[in-house]
Amino acid sequence: MTEAVAPTAEAPAATLDMRFPGAVTPDTRAGYSGYVVTPEKLIEVATAARDEMGYDYLSSVTGVDYLTDGKLEAVYHLYRTSGGPALALKVQTPRDNPVVPSLVSIYPGADFQEREAYDMYGIRFAGHPNLKRILMWEGFGGWPLRKDWKEAYYEQDTKPFDTRWPGGHFYRSEEKNPFAHNVVYPEGFLPEGWVSEAEASQYPDISELEQGNGRGFKTDKIVVNLGPQHPSTHGVFRMVVTLDGETIVELHPVMGYLHRNHEKIGERNTWLQNMPFTDRLDYISSMSNNLGYALAVEKLQKLKVPERAEYIRVLMVELTRICNHMWAVGFLLNDLGAFFTPALYAIRERELILDFFEATAGSRMMCNYMRFGGVSRDIPEKMRDENTMDFINDMVFNRLPKAIDDLDTYLTENEIIRSRCLGVGVLPADQAIAYSTCGPLLRASGVPYDIRRAEPYSIYDRFDFKVCTRPNGDIYDRYLIRMDEMRESVKICQQVLRDMPAGGEIMAGKPQYNVRAPAGESYGRVEGPKGELGFYVVSTGKANPYRYHVRAPSFINLTVLGELCKGAKVADVVVILGSIDIVLGETDR
Amino acid sequence: MYGLGMIKGFMVTLKHFVGTYTEDVQWLSKRYVDVDKLKMRQSPKGKGLFTVQYPDEKLEVPERFRYIPFLIYEEKPDGAKEDRCTSCGICAKVCPPQCIWIVRADDPVTKRPVPAPKEFYIDTDICMNCGYCAEYCPFDAIKMDHDYELASYDRTTVHVYDKEKLSKPVSYYARIRPTDYAAEEKARAEEEAKKAAKKAGAAAKKE
Repeated sequence: MTEAVAPTAEAPAATLDMRFPGAVTPDTRAGYSGYVVTPEKLIEVATAARDEMGYDYLSSVTGVDYLTDGKLEAVYHLYRTSGGPALALKVQTPRDNPVVPSLVSIYPGADFQEREAYDMYGIRFAGHPNLKRILMWEGFGGWPLRKDWKEAYYEQDTKPFDTRWPGGHFYRSEEKNPFAHNVVYPEGFLPEGWVSEAEASQYPDISELEQGNGRGFKTDKIVVNLGPQHPSTHGVFRMVVTLDGETIVELHPVMGYLHRNHEKIGERNTWLQNMPFTDRLDYISSMSNNLGYALAVEKLQKLKVPERAEYIRVLMVELTRICNHMWAVGFLLNDLGAFFTPALYAIRERELILDFFEATAGSRMMCNYMRFGGVSRDIPEKMRDENTMDFINDMVFNRLPKAIDDLDTYLTENEIIRSRCLGVGVLPADQAIAYSTCGPLLRASGVPYDIRRAEPYSIYDRFDFKVCTRPNGDIYDRYLIRMDEMRESVKICQQVLRDMPAGGEIMAGKPQYNVRAPAGESYGRVEGPKGELGFYVVSTGKANPYRYHVRAPSFINLTVLGELCKGAKVADVVVILGSIDIVLGETDR
Repeated sequence: MYGLGMIKGFMVTLKHFVGTYTEDVQWLSKRYVDVDKLKMRQSPKGKGLFTVQYPDEKLEVPERFRYIPFLIYEEKPDGAKEDRCTSCGICAKVCPPQCIWIVRADDPVTKRPVPAPKEFYIDTDICMNCGYCAEYCPFDAIKMDHDYELASYDRTTVHVYDKEKLSKPVSYYARIRPTDYAAEEKARAEEEAKKAAKKAGAAAKKE
């Protein structure tokens, strides 16, 4: 009897509901998995999961609005960094007073994700150190992802809209429904002359100083806003930096300038319509985004992808990784002050890969290439009067390895780069895991966690490649890890080109535009170039997803930015941010 | 030695710098006059200068390149234009940003719907160039165009394309997408042959 209770890797489930009888129950809804936990016991359960069962990595936190049940649900996906499937925990709370205990004390990586769930659903995470809106601004009324919330140009709950066909007399929605008419502000809010409390709270040190010495402003500490319009932020992103001389005392990232409620759009869309929208998340690596979403939905549909399509997918995704890392390395050098020469050398290779994407998918960046059960089109025979396979073979076997070596000789031993990067922005391994960082950022801190190995998807178990790690966790290692990963990706591409069946199906079944998925939930994740890209989808069996959540690596990797920058010099902030490698399309969604 | 890494790095820059000139000498500057040479300049074998001087030089877009959709009409021998579109509405239903608006034609006498579009609009400001309409159209009536130079001065009047502006002849389609066109024509011919054979078979049975 005692043996059965002992926590084992194989049966964490049995131990969880046995350890917490009454508080933890298996999720028995059709198509669901994981456990439902009562809010009171969540902290205890999560602590046990982390300390006793080894679920040290909190991958995703999000909410779901079950409107008809009058409940909001917080969904957690926990993983072991040693690999294996997820432990999903759900906490239900009434819609009119949603309170869930915060997990920040156990998993610091929950910080931004809980803020996002609060921002979008109004779930209050009790005990969160800084619970305020993160993507929306403070003067925003309502909870944008709740099912009863309607956006400014709301037309209908789900697409396709009835006005388009057969009586599709065109009108412009802005004429019919001027923006100002349906904008909601919080109660008692006056748009004119209002200063956000959250904005004021970005500058705690100023107020401290003003109160502290009684003589008003002292100048040895100063608050500087880096961004939102600043070339070093790689988009529209702001860092509120408190400086003591040149040294960073505190840094708060401010984001959401590019927020478009991607997830709400996703829930209005049909399943298929979401595919081109995923391109626009991390627009540098749309192929990876396509794959992540396709996997999540295929998991629900239990679709098997044809052999050749699997190979094409892997080829595309690995080429995307090379593109992304070329871009990241090039622009890291830009951030260091090596203005554009290294970046352009790197981008040149990327251009050629994009040529191949364009010839195959029809677009360089917004590829919209994958479909549920395969890919949209086979690789074309000809590309610029040349055999396409010759082109890609030439790239993968000759040009790319040489280009990477070239970049290596060009940059790796450069003394300026070394002195700017070695030992700067260090992220220790335990902190990297605790903060839920992922991708190159995590592996550069010495954690060999790569989803392609930890929980293999597609056909990655067939390829011989190494999960690269570097031990120091500084900027230099984050640069090196990207070089390593590009080499591994080239290796995978070479194996794909060697083993790919010459012909055959590229789609399971007939292409369909009205795709449906059986009721249930699924969490599909891939090792994107920037880290773990996850899609949490809930289906009710209808033509549209009920819930569509994106676990964005760029967003979650930023959780640790403030910690990384503490004590660094102001000039290093730009480089530290560059070494994390973010894309704001994905951060802000 | 301190600085050796930098010197090694600068050798790479120098190699690129010299490379642009040696390549130019080899081509005797033809690569800037002859548009065909663009393909060489931007290929895995390309060396030296890589950039293309748009708009003086333009890279050829690949056949599958997709931009704003257009509607195909058949040119009849008597000069009449016949839309392939049957206004079935699949493109409007599958369109992710919902930028396609179709008014189905009605028979003037019976008021019953006829398989043809009366009006057809695409709001090009909203179109996200995903290509679903072309991919899922069962009649090959809507296809993605290659023309990407669409800038204009006024979005409210110019950017909503009506049926007239959207319609282009089959010959245009055959020119920009020869492989796709050939494959579709072949499939259509096979389908028709099958139908004819079936008909003949049925007729033979009757007799």
